[in-house]
Amino acid sequence: MRVEVDTDTCQGHNRCFTIAPELFDVDDFGTAVVIGDGSVPAELEDKARLAEANCPEFAIKIIE
Amino acid sequence: MTDIDDTHTDLYGPVTDWANDFDHAVPEYNERAHEIWAEFQATECPMARSERYSGLWAPFSHEFVHEIAYDTDHFTSQGVVVNTGRPMIEAPAVGPAPPITSDPPFHNIARRLLLPPFAPKVIAEWEPEVRRLCNDLLDRMGDITDGESIVDGATQYAQSIPVNVIARMLGFPTEDEELFRGFVHDVLERINEPVEERMQFMGLLDAYLDEQITDHRNNPRDDLTTYLMNVEIDGNKLSHEHVRGSIVLLLIAGIDTTWSAIGSSLWHLGTHPDDLSRLATDPEVMTFALEEFLRAYAPVTMARLVKEDHDFHGCPMKANDWVLLPFPAANRDPAQFERATEFVIDRQVNRHGAFGLGIHRCLGSNLARLELKVAIEEFVARFPSFTVDGDVTWSVGQIRGPRRLPLRVLATS
Ligand code: HEM
Ligand code: SF4
Repeated sequence: MRVEVDTDTCQGHNRCFTIAPELFDVDDFGTAVVIGDGSVPAELEDKARLAEANCPEFAIKIIE
Repeated sequence: MTDIDDTHTDLYGPVTDWANDFDHAVPEYNERAHEIWAEFQATECPMARSERYSGLWAPFSHEFVHEIAYDTDHFTSQGVVVNTGRPMIEAPAVGPAPPITSDPPFHNIARRLLLPPFAPKVIAEWEPEVRRLCNDLLDRMGDITDGESIVDGATQYAQSIPVNVIARMLGFPTEDEELFRGFVHDVLERINEPVEERMQFMGLLDAYLDEQITDHRNNPRDDLTTYLMNVEIDGNKLSHEHVRGSIVLLLIAGIDTTWSAIGSSLWHLGTHPDDLSRLATDPEVMTFALEEFLRAYAPVTMARLVKEDHDFHGCPMKANDWVLLPFPAANRDPAQFERATEFVIDRQVNRHGAFGLGIHRCLGSNLARLELKVAIEEFVARFPSFTVDGDVTWSVGQIRGPRRLPLRVLATS
């Protein structure tokens, strides 16, 4: 599994960073970025799904 | 502590036909908001209209609110608080309070200036200060006798938190708390008063801020006001009006809103003992509870102006009509949320729009979340059991929250 953030759609609600700081970081302007290449270790798959399901802007994509 | 006078000139009188003679600024609206939204969401057309304010529309479905918030081609942010007047036709592109009153492309420039001081990691550093402030307020409530003492969760607590935090961030004298509260009240709640009076309120606020900016010019210090005075766009510092407009926005956008969110959350806990005891015994649930407070009791409804005559799903909107963006109603739309009208303290999937949707997403959301979380944590830590006891008064206008919230303390830790 991998996660992606569409930086044009992201408005910096920071829900992903709060839910899964292992997978997402935020820059100085509050925009989300994935950590590393966005690959999700098996034990973090639930957290990745939770982050996706809580992004108000639908900016997170999960690729399986 | 002075009481805020909630009486206002009832320009248009009470509403009997919510669908065709809608008015969000009659006291009944905020008192019965949840019922009114549910009624609209159950009908074919989730859109109210009104000739009040020379033309006003109010959509109540998540779909419509989302669509309008994203559509900056047909709707402008030059006016975001509904009133009887209209902004100047030839208003500068920035609007009076950038970035909230700005449209693309200027919006992004004004917004980027303010993002860094409100970024998550910068705001996180304020946590100990906010915690201390909350405890000070709790201490100041004096001797409490369980089962007997009544404290006001709005005036003795919620109201003072954002005012003090933003004043500290801006580097303004904290003694001016009363003054701020008055300004915010005048600009946000007395919307039904004549335009001339509203201009007068704004004049008083501007004069106060001119004084503060001059003081910062003479004595620069490490705070948000100094940051705004030094920050540059393309090598140019901001004009005095831009600095002042941004401060006006931070005062107005940050105070009433957060105070209302804290107050509504305390109201919920004071009327739902199961949720209160869950929070008191299982503090970990706060991660989810925080977002559920924001969803179920979102305090902020914004507005837009229609740019040109526009057919919106069959609604004949006219240039310069107001359109409300009731994010709080969108947050309770059963088409978007499961168990939409229930408060589910550990709700896992919660794509709420309490902080807006699209390019104007609340710049202060990280600060607001911090204040709300810490305020509730400290209140519940001090008073693990309390109940609403007495008459609750709700605000009037686009920001919804309790203005008087008598709470009987049942247990002190
Ligand atoms: C629970 C508390 C708060 C809520 C619910 C809230 C809600 C909102 C909403 C819904 C918007 C979108 C406006 C629009 O679409 O026109 C907004 C914008 C904004 N808020 Fe907040 N707000 C809160 C607290 C704060 C705080 C504490 C600050 C700063 C000190 C702040 C500063 C701003 C600013 C500057 C904007 C304009 C952003 C832009 O136009 O790009 N807010 N807020
Ligand atoms: S939750 Fe969505 S909008 Fe918010 S920071 Fe993450 S990706 Fe961006």
